[in-house]
Amino acid sequence: MTTYGEWGGRYVPETLIPALDELTDAWNEAKQDPSFLAEIEALGRDYTGRPSPLTRAERYAPDKRLYLKREDLNHTGAHKINNALGQLVLARRLGKKRIIAETGAGQHGVATATACARFGLECVVFMGSEDMRRQAPNVERMGLLGAVVVPVEFGTKTLKEATSEAIRDWITNVETTHYVIGSCVGPAPYPELVRELQAVIGREAREQILAVEGRLPDAVLACVGGGSNAIGMFAGFIDDADVDLVGVEAAGAASLGSGRAAILHGARSSTLADSDGQIADAHSISAGLDYPGVGPEHAYLRDIGRARYITATDDEALAAFHGLARTEGIIPALESSHALARVHDLDAELIVLCLSGRGDKDLDHVLSQP
Amino acid sequence: MRKQLVIYLMAGRDTPDLAAAAVAGGADMIEIGFPFSDPLADGPVIRAAAESALAAGMRTAACLECLAKTRARVGDTPLIPMTYASLLEAYGWERFVTDARAAGATGLIIADLPAGERTDVKRIQLVAPTSTDERIALAAVETDGWLYLVTLTGTTGARVELSTALDAFAARARRLTDKPLYAGFGISTPAQAAAAASVTDGIVVGSRAILVAGQGAEALNDYVAALRKALDSL
Repeated sequence: MTTYGEWGGRYVPETLIPALDELTDAWNEAKQDPSFLAEIEALGRDYTGRPSPLTRAERYAPDKRLYLKREDLNHTGAHKINNALGQLVLARRLGKKRIIAETGAGQHGVATATACARFGLECVVFMGSEDMRRQAPNVERMGLLGAVVVPVEFGTKTLKEATSEAIRDWITNVETTHYVIGSCVGPAPYPELVRELQAVIGREAREQILAVEGRLPDAVLACVGGGSNAIGMFAGFIDDADVDLVGVEAAGAASLGSGRAAILHGARSSTLADSDGQIADAHSISAGLDYPGVGPEHAYLRDIGRARYITATDDEALAAFHGLARTEGIIPALESSHALARVHDLDAELIVLCLSGRGDKDLDHVLSQP
Repeated sequence: MRKQLVIYLMAGRDTPDLAAAAVAGGADMIEIGFPFSDPLADGPVIRAAAESALAAGMRTAACLECLAKTRARVGDTPLIPMTYASLLEAYGWERFVTDARAAGATGLIIADLPAGERTDVKRIQLVAPTSTDERIALAAVETDGWLYLVTLTGTTGARVELSTALDAFAARARRLTDKPLYAGFGISTPAQAAAAASVTDGIVVGSRAILVAGQGAEALNDYVAALRKALDSL
């Protein structure tokens, strides 16, 4: 079983093991197949709009050289489309006709619904009813794209339960269905698969910053919920030992900052849990970060000291949300706003920050804050 | 050979009484659910029971106490905690096994720990219709006593019809192992129990047993007796 040090693994009912084996084999084959890589690259270029630009944010951070990696400019408005398209290409190789996904903020659900529409595949998205309320426009979008959104009504009614319910659907329909998990979480091979599909962010960003500044950044910054935009960004700089890799978690959902070893959604990772191993509730203004788990590779990078993880509060994220809108004319996703909130007190001059998504989806929610 | 009847109950205040009633009704083994907050293998009934149990404070220590109290009520009847890996991770894997045994457990089921993982923890392995022959053989070698056949691709819970996959699945498992085979998931009526037991060595009933247990020990005794009768008629 694939692990990151002591983290990761495949803690799932036996029913799924053959499907995970099949996915692992297909992935190992595909990642060495030039036609697969060419198809992913062409989709990125012609459909997503890659490469995404690198934008200097001089007015937001006048005392730094801050560059934003503009994943918000991707088709569908977030980095999630990189993973959704890649996994659908893989699902087609597996001959799966039905696609399921979980979603928190709705960005991954929209990305998966979009990719399914593009390829003509059936799409079912599980979403907590509380998140459906917080992210109503994305629910409408998924419907428009032809996906069925299934409300998840139990527990916290957020991303944790939506993910559990997606996995239960997969257990039930595993022979016809591919599960497009939205972050670098879940049982092996998902954490690696999602990282590799998001690694395009870091590869591009590294090339772009070298082209414009002629040197590597002092620090790379990204928000961390499940951690997929961060792991994709970090992947580009992981071998550059002098680049400080910094993940920013929501203060009320700091799986890496205040979590403990527990097993959630098929993997052992640093998790918000009590001393009995029961999973705790996360709390964040941002639906995309409102998750008690995190990708196992982040726990590993934390342990070996290659990356570090800090937090931002709801209020700090909101201030950054307004700040970037006013100074740069860019409305960031609340998720990305957590990373933006830590720019000013980072001990670094040249910074690349992953602006993982745009904030249109958050307008109602932000404007209703007191 | 008497077909084995396994009844699943969620750990709780009434579990010792309920287990005694199930044994009096003809249950051969009792599984005791140690609830987990995010049980991936469970359908709505067991999930709701787990939520209630956790709300009532049934954390690991309380579940072990419940196990010991149940042991005092059911003589030599095998008692099998069924739970999820996160509880063992938190409690300590070896410590959990030791303390469960001390409290009267005779076996262990971990729903999200498939064969091949943590082979140091002896447990009853589950296999599913999707399992390859290779995996069934591996699970049979690793399993502690009997092999748990998940009758369907899906989560726990009653179904209108017994899985049509079971006959072929049980036959396939028979070719691969001599270990006793018990079928579970989606078995709730005496007729389903008899049909499943006709191709296996025993059956497990969970969700319906939990629903009936909600009506009290007497109702559970009657329900188990009806299952027993169906199995004995084979």
